Amino acid sequence: MSFFVSFLASVGAAVIGLCSATGSLVLFAGSGISHMVRPPFYLPELGRQLIRIGYFSLPVVGLTALFTGGALALQIFAGGARFNAEAVVPSIVAIGMVRELGPVLGGLMVAGRVSASIAAELGTMRVTEQIDALTTLSTNPMKYLVAPRLLAATIAMPILAFIGDIIGIMGGFLVGVLRLDFNPATYINTTYGFLTTGDITSGLIKAAVFGFIIALMGCYQGYNSGRGAQGVGRATTNAVVTASILILASNYILTEALFPA
Amino acid sequence: MTSKIVMSGVKKSFGSKHVLKGVDLDVGQAQSMVIIGGSGTGKSVTLKCVLGIIRPDAGLITVDGEDVAKKRGRSREALLDKFGMLFQGGALFDSMLVWENVAFRLLRGPRKLSKTDARDLAIEKLRRVGLEPETADLFPAELSGGMQKRVGLARAIAAEPEIIFFDEPTTGLDPIMADVINDLIREIVVEMKITAMTITHDMTSVRKIADQVAMLHEGVVQWSGPVAEIDTTDNPYVHQFVNGLAEGPIEAIR
Repeated sequence: MSFFVSFLASVGAAVIGLCSATGSLVLFAGSGISHMVRPPFYLPELGRQLIRIGYFSLPVVGLTALFTGGALALQIFAGGARFNAEAVVPSIVAIGMVRELGPVLGGLMVAGRVSASIAAELGTMRVTEQIDALTTLSTNPMKYLVAPRLLAATIAMPILAFIGDIIGIMGGFLVGVLRLDFNPATYINTTYGFLTTGDITSGLIKAAVFGFIIALMGCYQGYNSGRGAQGVGRATTNAVVTASILILASNYILTEALFPA
Repeated sequence: MTSKIVMSGVKKSFGSKHVLKGVDLDVGQAQSMVIIGGSGTGKSVTLKCVLGIIRPDAGLITVDGEDVAKKRGRSREALLDKFGMLFQGGALFDSMLVWENVAFRLLRGPRKLSKTDARDLAIEKLRRVGLEPETADLFPAELSGGMQKRVGLARAIAAEPEIIFFDEPTTGLDPIMADVINDLIREIVVEMKITAMTITHDMTSVRKIADQVAMLHEGVVQWSGPVAEIDTTDNPYVHQFVNGLAEGPIEAIR
């Protein structure tokens, strides 16, 4: 009996913990969004974050897209050959990159880079009382630290995904032309003719949501970091893990919403 | 004496740990109040409650007669404009140059100055705390602990606050540098007619910078009075703390 009670108690504690964590994350996100849209705006800080989050993530996203596009072309060619459908390579590479792999893989890579760096930075600021210092300098840390990061990531991620789409399609094109003997003009024409605006915008909407999640998890974990090096380390790990899981889960939900079966 | 900061019955618990159990404190205008007490007795929590960084569970805190808890948004920022704080570890923004740290308040917000004016003012404040203008263009990580404390002090006084909080200002400094910082604090408090609240364990600091002393233990103020009385009071807590005795009402193992 006592085993059953303690089992129930531990399940209950876990559920309460989950609800409380979800609640505090939602409140944090709400406060972050409200500061994103209300003045004063710290534009120099936004600019700095756009460069850090967007510009410096370009190599990571570009390389990811390039190799993914190339591998995708090889896979689709091999798979398509089973029913003489090799010609679909340009179309499937394009749709696969633009709708799914561009935003999702780009998002995951940026989550690893940016969520971790935001969590470590804000966590260290928390531990060294720099966040408290901001408050004593009449500056709301949510407005000065969190809002510019949320906004920058939400703006930068679709741009990164768009560039990633182009590079990914180019990866497929290079493999298609150099390895699989496609005619370059036909490859480009097929890609161009097949893709619709909806394919591209759906990928960019996903990327914007992923960008928000990436910055949100980095900020939330860093802002609420525990004490000491261990606290900051845990915040950084949690930021990457939760951001990655939320990206994959929200990707499914967004796909259902944007492309209902 | 006009009261600047008044705390009455302030309580704060973290989970089952009752840190403040009803703190009553009255800090007069242009007075230097030093709160003493062992580690973990809630001295930092007391300061953070006044600043609104930590929200008390019960009690009233007023600054210039206004209830701190009722301040939101702009009016809270206006209230915080009255404050400056020197943090224990300096809490300098390590991504910014020294002068940008000092001029932080003057580079944004309602009291924004041009970059050149803000920089000139930062250099003037750095000079006031005994630092050369060349330090202005260094990053905080390039400075020694003592210099970081001075920069923190320059930042705290840059926007001419009415109240300054000093969180263990001499911790981690050698005795000579600690004395320099104590002298600076005393000079600045007198010169700018600032209301100061300091928390420290360092009795040399207490004797140098305090007008009034409050002894915090077990979440309540056990004694408060003028600094001249800390050696003569018969309060057993103060007697034990001031003389650094292992025997007494304060248990040595906490």
